[in-house]
Amino acid sequence: MLKKFWDIIKTTVIAFPVGFYSTFKHLFRKPVTKKYPRAKSEMMPRYRGLHYLERYDDGTERCVCCGLCAAACPADAIYMEPSENEKGERFAKVYEINMIRCIFCGFCEEACPEEAIFLGHEFELADDDRDKFIYSKDDMLVEHPRKDKPYKKIYRRTRRYY
Amino acid sequence: MADFTFIAIIIAKVAVIFIAVISGCAYATWLERKLLGRLQNRMGPTYVGPFGLLQPLADGLKLLFKEDVVLSGSERVIFAISPIIAFIPGFMAFAVIPIGPPIELFGYTVPLSISDLNIGILFILATTSLGVYGIALGGWASGSKYSLLGGIRSSAQMISYEVAYGLSLVPILMISSTLSLQEIVAQQAGGFMGFGNWFVFKNPIAFIIFWICAVAETNRSPFDMPEAESELVGGYHTEYSSMRFSMFFVGEYANMLTASAVVSTMFLGGWHGPVASGPWWLVIKVVCFMAFYIWIRGTLPRVRYDQLMNFGWKVLFPIALLNVLVTGLIMHLV
Repeated sequence: MLKKFWDIIKTTVIAFPVGFYSTFKHLFRKPVTKKYPRAKSEMMPRYRGLHYLERYDDGTERCVCCGLCAAACPADAIYMEPSENEKGERFAKVYEINMIRCIFCGFCEEACPEEAIFLGHEFELADDDRDKFIYSKDDMLVEHPRKDKPYKKIYRRTRRYY
Repeated sequence: MADFTFIAIIIAKVAVIFIAVISGCAYATWLERKLLGRLQNRMGPTYVGPFGLLQPLADGLKLLFKEDVVLSGSERVIFAISPIIAFIPGFMAFAVIPIGPPIELFGYTVPLSISDLNIGILFILATTSLGVYGIALGGWASGSKYSLLGGIRSSAQMISYEVAYGLSLVPILMISSTLSLQEIVAQQAGGFMGFGNWFVFKNPIAFIIFWICAVAETNRSPFDMPEAESELVGGYHTEYSSMRFSMFFVGEYANMLTASAVVSTMFLGGWHGPVASGPWWLVIKVVCFMAFYIWIRGTLPRVRYDQLMNFGWKVLFPIALLNVLVTGLIMHLV
């Protein structure tokens, strides 16, 4: 009888204020959500988003169209056609990634011997037509080398852990 | 001409209170979304206007332009009138709530309540209970099992809290020995620091029981079984859309405002405050109680409806009866 009475006291007089206080605390905390389309959150350094093709410092493309990325790709999303420039160097005439097939595993950047392809931080890839998801070289090749980007350094440092 | 002014003043009072309650309902939805969001570490509405302040307007416009769906299996007439039945009683109760001291207007002494009924409390108990008919009938007339379950739960819920709801007010009536809300508010004026005479200090148990029953009456969490989103889709208003739905919605918030105003009037001195008594004190108290409603919703999980009936009949009802007895004894002895 006394124990039952004590249980009632415990679940009402003590438990209720504790519960109300614990929700009240959260009223003064900073919201964890972001005003998403207006304020985007910073991606983690190793986040794997949309691919980009890197250049050398002198502006020539790193990619030599060896096909190792296409061979490594488990989703078979990469298509390329090689060509030669006037100096006799190989480069990719056509380089396409089908973003519907791509699973963003990052095997392509791991396989690349020239450090030419990387997965960037762009993630808003929605579109209204299936054809628009085949990203060509124009969409992915960077204007200037991005070697100063911090996540690339981190990528190099952590590469052995993949 | 004099009679015309008198009638015009009454119509103006009705219009002012109706508009105030309607806009109060609109901004209660804003307060609920904002405060509940912050309680859950979210932001709530931020897009429409500063701090999302125009969100109720956008919501209202959206509901206005939605398609009005009437199911083929529904009872059309009852389906159409039940939102109105749920909508009106919430506003009716505001007719007797005193919102301030009498003022002089065009040579008349105008009491600041639409009507000073000498049985104001009975009127409030009667009208606020009527809203359940709208919910139960709407649930039945929809011709859908989820709506029907919501309606049944609503009526089952009503019989379990309504007794304690009425009984918890009896000690207050015994202390004040009047049924007029104007009188009850007048008796709570003054005292220690201006709030010493509030009935909440004279009978806190009645206050707690009344508040729990008021939460159950307005179908709010943790007693929101008639809606119960996670079990019954939307409960009694599953099949309602457009303006009919918004009438249920506004009716619910009007009921919340009414319950807050009644609790403030009965137990917390109505428009009397520690300093500068006036209508603003009632507004402050109502806003505090609305915030408390939302705080409760953010804290407590929903109870099962057999638990509520157990609680209503086996806990609240005996305590309310005992409270009447003890109050009577003390009044007899002192």
